[in-house]
Amino acid sequence: MVSFIARRVVVSVLILIAASFIMYVLAASAGNPLQDLQGSLSPNRQALIDARVQTQHLDLAPPLRWVLWLGGVAKCVVPVAGGCDLGTTFQNQAVTDLLPQAMGSTLQLVTTAFVLAIVLGIGLGIVTALRVYSGFDYTVTLISFFLFSLPSFLVAVLLKSFIALNYNNFLANPHLPPLALLVTGVIVGAILQLLVGGPWRRRLYVFLGSGLFTGAILWYMSVSGWFIRPSLGPVAVIVLTAGIGFAIVAVLAGLRNRRAWITAGINVLVAIIAYFSLQWLFNISSAGTLVFLAVITLAVGIASGAIVGGPDRGLMMRIGGITSVLVGGIVLLDRFMQSWYSYSNDIGGRPIATVGSQTPSLGGNVWITGIDSFTHLILPTISLLLISFASYTRYSRSGMLEVLNQDYVRTARAKGLPERSVIVRHAFRNMLIPIATLIATDVGALLGGAIITESVFAISGMGNLFNIGLGRTDVNPVMGYFLVIAITAIAFNFLADLAYAALDPRVRVR
Amino acid sequence: MSTVQGSPLEPKISSGFDAAERGSGGRGESQGRIVFKRFLKNRVSVVALVVYLGIIVFSISAIGLGPIPGWWHYSYSQLNPQLNQGAPTVSASGFGEHPFGQDRIGRDYFALTMRGIQNSVLVMLVIGVFATVLGVIVGAVAGYFRGWVDAVLMRITDVFIVSPALVIGAVVGKTSNGLGAFGLAVLLGLVSWMVIARLVRAEFLTLREREFVEAARVAGASDGRIIFRHILPNAVGVIIVSSTLLIASAILLETAISYLGYGIKSPDSSLGLLIGSNQSAFATRPYLFWWPATFIVLLALCVNFVGDGLRDAFDPQQRRFSIRRTKEVDEVIAGQPLTDVGLPSEKD
Repeated sequence: MVSFIARRVVVSVLILIAASFIMYVLAASAGNPLQDLQGSLSPNRQALIDARVQTQHLDLAPPLRWVLWLGGVAKCVVPVAGGCDLGTTFQNQAVTDLLPQAMGSTLQLVTTAFVLAIVLGIGLGIVTALRVYSGFDYTVTLISFFLFSLPSFLVAVLLKSFIALNYNNFLANPHLPPLALLVTGVIVGAILQLLVGGPWRRRLYVFLGSGLFTGAILWYMSVSGWFIRPSLGPVAVIVLTAGIGFAIVAVLAGLRNRRAWITAGINVLVAIIAYFSLQWLFNISSAGTLVFLAVITLAVGIASGAIVGGPDRGLMMRIGGITSVLVGGIVLLDRFMQSWYSYSNDIGGRPIATVGSQTPSLGGNVWITGIDSFTHLILPTISLLLISFASYTRYSRSGMLEVLNQDYVRTARAKGLPERSVIVRHAFRNMLIPIATLIATDVGALLGGAIITESVFAISGMGNLFNIGLGRTDVNPVMGYFLVIAITAIAFNFLADLAYAALDPRVRVR
Repeated sequence: MSTVQGSPLEPKISSGFDAAERGSGGRGESQGRIVFKRFLKNRVSVVALVVYLGIIVFSISAIGLGPIPGWWHYSYSQLNPQLNQGAPTVSASGFGEHPFGQDRIGRDYFALTMRGIQNSVLVMLVIGVFATVLGVIVGAVAGYFRGWVDAVLMRITDVFIVSPALVIGAVVGKTSNGLGAFGLAVLLGLVSWMVIARLVRAEFLTLREREFVEAARVAGASDGRIIFRHILPNAVGVIIVSSTLLIASAILLETAISYLGYGIKSPDSSLGLLIGSNQSAFATRPYLFWWPATFIVLLALCVNFVGDGLRDAFDPQQRRFSIRRTKEVDEVIAGQPLTDVGLPSEKD
């Protein structure tokens, strides 16, 4: 094992050096680094050109500059040499200072989209696999093919110029016309009846019920001015938390498991009590308090599962943990909604932003700044989500189909297990093995950010660092970007292999 | 990996077909013909192929190709007076003067879009051809000879695969400044061959152990003959399918690079460039955005559907879950021969 890791590290370093050479030479010869200065009319033009040539060693050939750059990188590895040196940009900012900032805003941007894409994609993939060759399956397949074929800049530009503009305009006079209610109701009903499946009578009931319900809710939201002052209120909080508890019990343990009911019930009750009793604490909260509360919530959930325990303690702890986090999220969401109106007023009634990742010089408490990041990041997040979510759907669908054809699934059915435990406990876990390696590889690519999305929405993350650097033929930030993504990609590929070997005993590492 | 039990001296067996299926034709049909017939049964893919070819023929006939003029009376680089503030004139009754409208400086948007289609299709096909040829050669040599040749070639592949396609594509695109669409496409093809090389190598590693290869070697065939005449025809399914999917991602790559401004540049035209240079006018002239957007999505969608149909035609067992195949297991052991590791059930 040790020799395997050592060999792998040595090979990776060599690959990295070779790849950095190719990248450096290509990027350095991609354009004229002095173009902006040569076109300028400033009186000290020649001095500026000389200075840039001096600091960037532009008088040397690209391969020689690469050697100098590599020497600086080597200092990062050897601790005694002191001082990491990735060079400076044309504005004389050290790349080592720029990278952490850029990584921060990139992670802020991509994390939500990444997690949501995995959860939604895998969930949808499983449902399509269970309803394979049904209308729902074909619809999802068609949509995912469509999303595959959608360039990311197209989605980003559309969201920015269409959704943001129209939603902000809509907020000026937030009344939904009857036609919109009708259309939304029909669409929601149509999707749900496809999802439920079964005989036509059941589908018709589902269609009518969900369609009418959606229409009624939207009508109420429109009439009561919900879009201006959104809130959940006590009734919705109670209904939603109870629904979450019910769903988790139904999926993870089955409705006949009494201990699971008790565990989920405790957590739902705690959340409802917290909703009524903790509002004063929320009003004076900072981000630190919220993190503290989140940790407590998770601890309460896991502890409640452990206490209820019984023969299936691990399962109860999982149910407790998941329920507590989700219902806690509902309580938090309600509190954020309460601040929406004052935020929206501060910002001038057009809350959905299209540029940047925060409103400059916006004061306010944690709720206001939280909503501010939400309104800035929602559109880029959606555009990233739409694209990566399609591939997870496809992978998990075919993975689930493959697993469902295995002998051990037939055995599980043959010995009389309920369909729920066949899928959740036997099929789902084995399906996750190949997906886990896919996720590990994708995490490695996360820091690369989203060059296109960041450029459309003007978010100063890693992708923008690369894009702007390449645009000016400024090699050092481009290479800093390359170094970060190459190292994370190699490291996470390695982790993916180890994870595969750990999860699937048939694969051995030597 | 493969389930074929074919006779040793019959090289033209594609993996994934069992004896019963070949027998079902009964009239001694060739492999290619069986695959073709199965492809024709897939309505969606056939329609997609027809639409795809239709778009190409339409764009070529409209503005011509190179020196050959087309039937459309405006050229994509010609500046025209603004008519009706550049609004599109296409309707049920006919094309009108400027069917897709005009851009800010009065160029005819129909001609620009057609030129963009031509360039984008050219780029995607050239990338497909170059990447496939290079990938097949590297993968075949690595998988056939194994040992140090394989180790060296695969480490070279790793060097290129380290950076994401868009990153290396943007850098290469910027370097190709002034080479035009064809030069851009060739350079992009030179950095897109890695996935195909890995797939072909994996296929060769299993195929080279089969009896018909042994038989050919005993009969005195040279290495080159074994690779190209005996093993390659058996791997053609994997190659065609993966290069089709590569072509589908190539159009997205080209449009993305051109959108960022590193690919095809004005006054020439590309679908990505048209969107990039007109996105600020979305509020006033949304049609400048919609026409190229429609064609990008249509082209990519068609190629994806064709690829899907080809995959079904070559591999009727619907082994669509290919993470294991694309992500080679032997990376785990860093260069040791594949036979030492892996999923026993898959290799039996």
